[in-house]
Amino acid sequence: MTESTLQIGVRESVPGVAVIDINGDITPTVEESLMEAYRECEHARMVVLNFERLEYLNSGGIGLLVTLLVRAQRHQQQLHAYGLSDHYRQIFEVTRLDDVIAIHDDEAGALSAAGGDHHG
Amino acid sequence: MGEETGQEMSDEVERVRRPEGQWASPVESLHVHESVEGADPTTVEGRRISGPLQGFGRLWQKTYRVRLEGAEVTPEQVIAAWKADYGSFWPATSRFCAPFSGVTPGEVALISDRAPGGLRLSTGVLVLYADEVSFTFLCPEGHPFAGMITFSAQHDEDDVTVAQVQAIIRAQDPLVELTMPFYTQRQEDKVWQHVLTALAAHFGGADAQVSTDAVCVDSKRQWQRFGNVRHNAGLYALTRAFRRRRS
Repeated sequence: MTESTLQIGVRESVPGVAVIDINGDITPTVEESLMEAYRECEHARMVVLNFERLEYLNSGGIGLLVTLLVRAQRHQQQLHAYGLSDHYRQIFEVTRLDDVIAIHDDEAGALSAAGGDHHG
Repeated sequence: MGEETGQEMSDEVERVRRPEGQWASPVESLHVHESVEGADPTTVEGRRISGPLQGFGRLWQKTYRVRLEGAEVTPEQVIAAWKADYGSFWPATSRFCAPFSGVTPGEVALISDRAPGGLRLSTGVLVLYADEVSFTFLCPEGHPFAGMITFSAQHDEDDVTVAQVQAIIRAQDPLVELTMPFYTQRQEDKVWQHVLTALAAHFGGADAQVSTDAVCVDSKRQWQRFGNVRHNAGLYALTRAFRRRRS
């Protein structure tokens, strides 16, 4: 079994907007920490996934993201992401995750596209 | 022997920890390669991918596992054998027609399945991802399920190699959702239980027990996907049979 190699942080960027900072790998071994991070965001109106420090994502990791997206939909939260490399943007495209999660270049873009006030 | 630099050692650790994976490139619609024979490509050609977020029904995560007890085989060897002869592990009622290049990311495979009433249902899958210890299929529009299925192998805590099928799926449309409790779910279970039993037998395990675990990830139906029914492969097979009888 491989060890979990994900460091994850949750912060409130602006009121009502939770940013999940992902640092490392998203594989099935990190399910618990990813879902725990999401639980901290359940009351936010908008969740932003920061993939700037994403190192690796496999198909099991895509499954985890699907579960997270479904939970966010259930809570009627807006979902945004930024910091994806071209490679991982393509993966979001082929799996059609980009149908339900808006992808931006950076955090400011994610916040402004979602109508959030970005105070820098 | 030359000394390994820190970077080389780090790269080696990285390679072992993280097998080289490959992903399919994005496609607007699926194209069935001419070398795929044995099933009708009509219900796959030109169709879009339909992942777990594009289907209609309740979302399920279903996990099937078999321990390959007594088999001296690594996860990499299991996946290599599984990929090489994927269709041979399927039940006799179904046929998996692999493309010439096999289970390779970006390739489209066709599936022919016997449905009730003697109908033959044709559909397919896109190979989304493959590495040394796993591979993943994505369903197209028209397939009974919207979602992805990952096949993997790993060592468990007792160092026994375990083969696993994990499906994150929902019924593609309302018709399939109606049949889920009494037919489609059971058929799905039977197929993967058969596949894992056959895989275990391939590695010498005659009486391997397959565990099945189902979790409903989302109990809500996606009514905005009601229109998926227009691509239903079963309806296509039915209307085709009807047209044949009339002509």
